[in-house]
Amino acid sequence: MKDPFINRKYVIMALIVMAAAGLIIRLFIIQVVKDSYRLSADNNVLRYVTQYPARGLIYDRKGELIVKNQAAYDIMVVPAQTAKSLDTTGFCDLLGISREHFRKQMKAAVNYSRRAPSVFLKQISDQTYARFQEKMFLFPGFYVQPRTLRKYSKSVGAHVLGYVSEVDDNAIRKDPYYKPGDYIGKSGIEESYEKVLRGRRGVKIFLVDVYSRIKGSYADGKMDTVAIQGADLTSSLDIRLQEYGELLMHNKRGSIVAIEPQTGEVLALVSAPTYDPGLLVGRIRSENFSRLQGDTLAIPLFNRALMAAYPPGSTFKPINGLIALQEGVINDETRFSCNKGYMFVGCHVHSSPLSLEGAIMNSCNSYFCQAFRRVLENPKYKSVPEAYAQWKTYLNQFGFGSKLGTDFVNELAGFIPSASYYDRYHGKNGWRALSVISLAIGQGEILITPLQMANMTAAIANRGYFYTPHIIKAIGKDNAISKRFTDRHSSSIDPANFDRIIEGMEGAVNGAAGTARAVAIKDIIVCGKTGTAQNPHGDAHSVFVAFAPKDNPRIAIAVYVENAGAGAAYAAPVASLMIEKYLRDSIGNKALEQKILDLNLEDKIIRREEEH
Amino acid sequence: MKRSINLWNSLDKVSIVLFLLMITAGWFNIYAAVFSEERSGIFDFSQRYGKQFVWIVATLLIAVFVVIIDNRFYFFFSWFIYGATILLLILVLIFGKEINGARSWFEFGGFSLQPSEFAKFGTALALASYLSNKRHGLTRLDVIVPALAILLLPALLTYFQPDMGSMIVFFALFIVLFREGMSPYIFVSGLLMIILFFLTLLFNNLYLTITIIAVAVILLFFITRRWKLCITGTGILIITTAIVYLLDHYIFNFLGIELVIFSSLILSGVVFAYYIYTKKAVVVMVIYLFLTGSVLFVNTVDYTFNNIVKPHQKQRIEILLGIKSDKHGTGYNVNQSIISIGSGGFAGKGYLQGTQTKFKFVPAQSTDFIFCTVGEEWGFLGSVLVIGMYLLLLLRLIFLAERQRSSFSRIYGYGVVSILFVHFFINVGMTIGLVPVIGIPLPFFSYGGSSLWGFTILLFIFLRLDASRTEYLV
Ligand SMILES: [Zn+2]
Repeated sequence: MKDPFINRKYVIMALIVMAAAGLIIRLFIIQVVKDSYRLSADNNVLRYVTQYPARGLIYDRKGELIVKNQAAYDIMVVPAQTAKSLDTTGFCDLLGISREHFRKQMKAAVNYSRRAPSVFLKQISDQTYARFQEKMFLFPGFYVQPRTLRKYSKSVGAHVLGYVSEVDDNAIRKDPYYKPGDYIGKSGIEESYEKVLRGRRGVKIFLVDVYSRIKGSYADGKMDTVAIQGADLTSSLDIRLQEYGELLMHNKRGSIVAIEPQTGEVLALVSAPTYDPGLLVGRIRSENFSRLQGDTLAIPLFNRALMAAYPPGSTFKPINGLIALQEGVINDETRFSCNKGYMFVGCHVHSSPLSLEGAIMNSCNSYFCQAFRRVLENPKYKSVPEAYAQWKTYLNQFGFGSKLGTDFVNELAGFIPSASYYDRYHGKNGWRALSVISLAIGQGEILITPLQMANMTAAIANRGYFYTPHIIKAIGKDNAISKRFTDRHSSSIDPANFDRIIEGMEGAVNGAAGTARAVAIKDIIVCGKTGTAQNPHGDAHSVFVAFAPKDNPRIAIAVYVENAGAGAAYAAPVASLMIEKYLRDSIGNKALEQKILDLNLEDKIIRREEEH
Repeated sequence: MKRSINLWNSLDKVSIVLFLLMITAGWFNIYAAVFSEERSGIFDFSQRYGKQFVWIVATLLIAVFVVIIDNRFYFFFSWFIYGATILLLILVLIFGKEINGARSWFEFGGFSLQPSEFAKFGTALALASYLSNKRHGLTRLDVIVPALAILLLPALLTYFQPDMGSMIVFFALFIVLFREGMSPYIFVSGLLMIILFFLTLLFNNLYLTITIIAVAVILLFFITRRWKLCITGTGILIITTAIVYLLDHYIFNFLGIELVIFSSLILSGVVFAYYIYTKKAVVVMVIYLFLTGSVLFVNTVDYTFNNIVKPHQKQRIEILLGIKSDKHGTGYNVNQSIISIGSGGFAGKGYLQGTQTKFKFVPAQSTDFIFCTVGEEWGFLGSVLVIGMYLLLLLRLIFLAERQRSSFSRIYGYGVVSILFVHFFINVGMTIGLVPVIGIPLPFFSYGGSSLWGFTILLFIFLRLDASRTEYLV
């Protein structure tokens, strides 16, 4: 009997062959053609645990550890690995967070990436960490990432040390090294030495199963990279001097910059008001930061020592004296008389006429106006602007009018007008020496930062040269710092010309008629110069520059106390106390110290600001 | 003694070798799927690979037992075996242990049994027995209906468990019905229904309905070549629709656009019926029925899918069709499974080297997703080899079936082919995202005693029948 349907076997065979072919084609596509699945499989089972290096430590010049690290723990989450049946309530209770917070963090993590880890909870406490560590196995997809945070041995030096915060998108875009969640130095030493301090991140690759349990290391650790710890820094800062400076400047506004003249090393850099650097560490950081940033009256985050530029006032006179000597328009014998001033520039009562030394000691405006006039009207030059340009060249040699090139990030250049500036202002050839006469006494258009002032003082102390001020004196083990800090910058002024000036400054502090005689220190010859920086918004700023001892100077200092009136009143005592503290480590004149500590200008300023 | 030697000689060695290769390969892959560094002994009986070894030994004994039994036993007791497995399917609904919301398993002590695995060969036997008496009768309704009843009964019982995978396997026996003479139009209609079904889920109902009407009109034109007829027919339909629509819009206000079109189709049908009756235009009738049937089907499917199909099954179909993607919910298994297989590459990661497998990213990897291990550790080469083994076995079984003198043996043989084929295709297809996730095992590979034994019995009954093909049964 013939089977009429026998040919249907071919249909069935064809169906089976086609089905098998379909499977093979699909397999070919996913296994051979596409490689995205291989990557997915790798990401599925590999957990990249970042090994964060400890940030480099910072020591002060005497080897005292001032910035160290403390352990902190971030809770990380890989959303794709979390259990669907997560015990949210238990989890929140364990970490002491609200369910609302949980949802928010989880959503942010999912938005960032389902497969890559992101920070779920930052910097949990040691106790929370210990509790969480025990129960972690209950919450697949979550793990603890150890981090290090800064810890300060003294609550001082905030402006110098800077702070560390999480990188923002901008920093990530600029430097591909950074990944979200990394820390980066944001100001001060932390910022300028970021590359040295941060070290090199490492990564450990672990194999994890679907419950995100670690099953061992991937490829026997061959693909891991070791974290390299950041290099330790030795700062030139004397942390005790810094602490003392901040104490003296408490309840005042202003700044102190102290430099070691032989090296350019910054011994202390105070900007008041300041803040405790510990406030910008850990979970309290963001809250404190916005509070500090929101204080628009005291602006505690503003580093006045580097960023506030003032007309220097009388502290500028030694430079003008030096230039006049160098230009040969005055000499040791030159005397100018003073009858309470010169032309429209007033002066106070003192003996007259005065030599250069006496003029510095008495801070005679009349003397320096006449000397400055001679500088600008020097027949050596064809015109006043030409003479002025030469004058400006000297100033530039002392580091004025441009950034010094320190290892601080936010340094300001200040301002020394060029001749063309006055051309624009008065018209070409439309100005005379008298048009700019206020420059003679450090008033007018010039703007100089306290750091530049301290540097000028160091240059005077060195009799004509300076080293670019710097805050780090040794990096890591090989101690190498940038060559620019060991290059001597010499002025074209003859070292012999400094003698008169220095003697004048000696007299200002130690002479019977000196403007700062009240702050002389027994057995230490301090050479100083008082100044008053005009303040169009209120009381003038008290300024004082000084170095000591006279021979082989070890410290050059500039002190600004805002709204405190004449230089001798407050800036000079602060400078004197700082010098004594640094050179002797003890204070002889306790009364003076107490007077400065008790001085509260802040209340006065606030009261005035409230009135306005 | 003489008889058993003859028996061994007459058994098909190709099939037996393939069977042995598959269970061995399956065992090694189960070991890889369960493998972890801590436990490495392959004979650890607390682990699945250890247990599978026991099932394999048992299944070999079962195979021998199945072969020793006289071939006539299977013919004469086919209804009894069918009845017994149906009874088990009923009993499991009452006494079965509920696992994951389904009553599919009996549990005695530490031992569990899945009766649907045995109902498969039971049904194949019954169908073979029934059809062997009704040569070339599958064109008659009174033959088709009982044949359908034989396979629908276990399908219905597994539906109640519910076990969709096993249910679908019983429908695989339609291949047998096709081979035995069921009209191909039934299969074409079935295929059309399946296509329409998926189209319904993918596209808007209304557009689909309009497309079907357009297809019907075009068909009508190509068959009759009378454009006047086409325009008149379309015109009548459009006018009726307009009237019904206006009536609904101003008076009834409850029909909805789909029902409007459908009722218009029925109403205008009166005119068409008159035309068909007077002109004896059978073609027009066929096209009209196709049109009405399709529109009814489309709307029914849409309603069923949205209101009756269980949400998780709905999701599975939606994910497969690309309507929804959910990499962590229902789609998780498939996604992980495709990643596993895809990451195997051309040559695979090597035995026991599959990271996806080793770290348990694919659920049910030793059972339904065992092919992932093959794909990941043995790569494209290994996968093709496994598919090749199945292809070879299936074609070999068709060859064996076709050489039977007894129609009972042939029909049963096709039953074996159908069941193994559907298992193989759906199982491998779902692991690579070609078929929705339907939980059925890969024959001879997947972990599990019941399925291994069920398939062994299924296959060896046929090999036993084949061994005696020279003896006349009926
Ligand atoms: Zn005077």
